[in-house]
This record gives sequence, structure tokens and C-alpha cells, in this order.
Amino acid sequence: MRAFFIALLITIGIARAVGQGVPASAKASAPADMTGYWVAFVTEDWRFRMVTPRKGDYQAVPLTDQARKIADAWNPEADEAAGNQCKAYGAAAIMRVPARFHITWQDDNTLRVDSDAGMQTRLFHFNSQPSVPGERTWQGYSTAQWQGSALKIATTNMRSGYLRKNGVPYSENALVTEYFDVAPLPGGGQVLLITTVVDDPQYLRLPFIVSSQFKKEVDGSKWDPAPCTPK
Amino acid sequence: MGSGSVHPKVISAAVLLWLVGPGIAAAQTELTGSWAARNHEFLTGDGLPVDFTGIPLNEEARIRALSYSESQLSMVERQCQGWPAFYIAQGPFGLKIWSDADPLKGNVISYTVGAWEDRPPLVIWMDGRAHPSKYAEHTRAGFTTGAWEGNTLVSHTTHLKAGFLRKTGAPSSDEATMTLRFYRHDEILSLLAVIEDPIYLAEPWILSRSFQLSATPLSSTGPPCVTTYEASTGETAPHYLPEKNPFVDEMTKKYGVPRDAAIGKPETLYPEYRKRISPVAPGK
Repeated sequence: MRAFFIALLITIGIARAVGQGVPASAKASAPADMTGYWVAFVTEDWRFRMVTPRKGDYQAVPLTDQARKIADAWNPEADEAAGNQCKAYGAAAIMRVPARFHITWQDDNTLRVDSDAGMQTRLFHFNSQPSVPGERTWQGYSTAQWQGSALKIATTNMRSGYLRKNGVPYSENALVTEYFDVAPLPGGGQVLLITTVVDDPQYLRLPFIVSSQFKKEVDGSKWDPAPCTPK
Repeated sequence: MGSGSVHPKVISAAVLLWLVGPGIAAAQTELTGSWAARNHEFLTGDGLPVDFTGIPLNEEARIRALSYSESQLSMVERQCQGWPAFYIAQGPFGLKIWSDADPLKGNVISYTVGAWEDRPPLVIWMDGRAHPSKYAEHTRAGFTTGAWEGNTLVSHTTHLKAGFLRKTGAPSSDEATMTLRFYRHDEILSLLAVIEDPIYLAEPWILSRSFQLSATPLSSTGPPCVTTYEASTGETAPHYLPEKNPFVDEMTKKYGVPRDAAIGKPETLYPEYRKRISPVAPGK
């Protein structure tokens, strides 16, 4: 009997060792399923998100003096003329936009997030680092890792953009760290919580921290793509 | 089975612990400490008297909310009434969290989120006790139990007194409940609150708020509330009659928020509503 259990222990140990030797893909090792259609449930900061605030209304954002000057000079017409109408849809702000988001696996190690408002695409790269800084984009380059049951994202290499639609700026040197958590809702359904931390020594005196919630939808029947608007 | 042998059940238990033990050990996270509020989201929503934006109120709640006058707080008997447990996710203050453990076994019996001047402490019982009878007393703090789901502490609060969902007068009933999830990520603590109220909410109200770990200790309680005369005669509770609230269009005038959104109609909480309104606030 004793020999049997010792053999059992050895067998299990070998199985575990073998299992640990082959890293599973991010998709296979996902501790939570975040794929599907998610709709922003705008229960916070309604007047800053659903309505574009007037110029100079940057309440609660810890801006530097330099950033205030930029916000006070917001000119949406000039942004549009310069082809910059997506400045409020960059990685630091897109998850605060009233929108629907479609999350899918692009491949075994890349999670893709599409938005209908602004028609933006984010790619979260697992097991990957940017080899050389590529061209800056609104969504930058995002690396991803599972952290417990959560998804942690770090995004850099963005074009400068707006934290709020009325020209409240973040710089191209900002670092955006996000945490995605999924939870059940009473009576069925799921909620996705995204905590966003924007570090930007150029335009922010403190890390800008917000959290946003999304409800899962059964399908994409309410998906309604629309291009970026400057205001 | 000789004296030097090991019982098979003991070995089986050891195997089981070896397999799942690390999972158990990792299935909790440290929540105690001081968590500073950063207030980069405007969750109190009390800048103007009629701001029910973002709350999925039903019609009955809306009528009652619009009858509310903040001058009620000048009444001596209401000055220290405080706000219900929901305020933990809305108020401007940080959180001081500590645990109490069984002195012999060391297991956590409860977590306490310290109080502030206008919010009672939230005691989360972790020892498996049941919620009281539905006939038990309802209090401002309510009764809360909690359990770990992986790294997430999940608490559920019942037995709340009727109060307010927001300081501007959106009402809550004594049937309201709150489920809180405490997520710790590095030095950020995010709270996800799901508030249900079959009397006043058209659907569950979901809020979230994040805090940052603070090396500066926060107080475990706020200053005491002391009542004083604030010019209220106490003869009537200040209120507005139906359709007589003078502030109902303040959000529209100041921020361009449509009235339907200001008074908390549920359809205004979804992105498609933005396509039906003028999306730009008035003024330059």
C-alpha cells in the first residue's frame, strides 16, 4: 500500500512538472472569459461622458499648469481639420467613452477589443514586448498578463490625446495601466470592471485613476459603429 | 499497519493538499490598511440639488426624489442621520480597513471598513454567520457578511434603513441590498458595488470606485457629529410639492444635461441615448 502511494506521488509530480514545462497560451490559460459584447453602463461622471463639457471644465483631473493651458485652448474644429478627431478615443480614454465593446481572441496570445463608438481597435499582446518602438498610434502598444483572475494591461507608445472630450490632455509619454475583472450580476448576466490608471508626468500631477463598468450583452444586435467625432 | 507505516488516508490528504494547497494559500489578498481616495470621478453627484444622473430610478423614486429638499438637513433630528452603506462607494473619503481574528485559530472573523462623520462603519462578518431574521432591526449600516472568491472579497449587505441612494435625495428603501467586491491590484483597491432596490430602482445600480494604498494612516473613524440650531423651526420637513421643484432644470442650464438624464431615467444610462441628444454643453 505504501509503495502504491509513493508511486502515485511520483506520477502526479511528473505530470505536474511536464505540465509546467509547456507554457499554455494566454487563451488556454485564461482564468476568466472576457470575450463577448459589453455595453458601457454610464452610472458615473455622466455629465463628463455623455455630454461634452464646455471648454475649461476639467473638474477632478489633477492637471499640471501646462496641461490646463492646453485644455483652455481646446479647438475641436482645428482638431478635425488636422485629422485629429480621434484624440478623445485613445487608449487612455476609450474605455470611458459611452460605447459598446467587442472582445475577441485574435489569436492564442492576442486579445482584441473593438469599440463601436470611434471604431477603434486595441490589441493586448501576451508574452510579448515591443522590439522597437513603432509608429505612435491612438491605441499605442499594449502588453498583457493574467494576474490572478484579472487581466492586467500596460500601454505605451500612444499619440497624445484627450482624457475627456473637451481637450483635457494626456501626453504621448503617458503610461496606461488597466485591470479587467469580470463578476456575476444578481439574477444572471455579467459585469466587466475596468480600473484605469494613467501616469503622465508631463500633464498630470498624480496618477489619474478611474474605474468603469460594462454589462455583458447576449449578442451584437445593438452594435452600431460610428466614426470619431471631435466634440 | 505497523508503527512505522503511514495510514493511506493521511497520504491521500497530503496528496490533496499538495495539489490544491497553493491555490488555497493564494486565494486571498491583503486588504487591511489605509486606502486614499483620489476622487478623479465625481461619484457624490451632489453639485446641484437635482442631479440623479446615472441612477436607474423608477417612477415612484423619481417623484419622491423631486420632493426632497436639502434643507431637511438643517432639522436637528436629521443633522446626524448620515448616509447608508452605499456611501462607501460614493463619499469623498478614503478607507481604513482592518481585520479581527480569532485569538486561538487566527482566522479572520471580520473585516471593518472604518466610519466617517456621515457614514457608519461597515463590519463584514467572515465567520459564516447567517443574516438576521427579516424582522430584525434595520440600521444605517445594515448587516454584512463576506466570503472570498479567489482573490476577491465579496460582501453582501442587508437590513438597511430606508435612506438615500445619493445625497441629492434619490431614495432607497429598507429592502435595498448591496453586494460589494473588493479587488486589489498592486497598490490599487477597486470596489464594485451592485445595489438592488425592488422599491425604487428599475434595475440594479452598479458603481465602482478605486483607492490608492496610502503610507499615511487614515483615521478609523470620523469626527463626531454634533447637532446645532440651523434656523429650522422643525414645524415641517422642508420639501417640494409635485412639479414644483425649482432646481429641476439646473443640470440642463449649467451643463447641457437633458432633463430625462438629470432625473434618472434608466434609458439614459446607455450609449444609444447619447445619439438622441445634443452632445455639447452650452457655453464656450
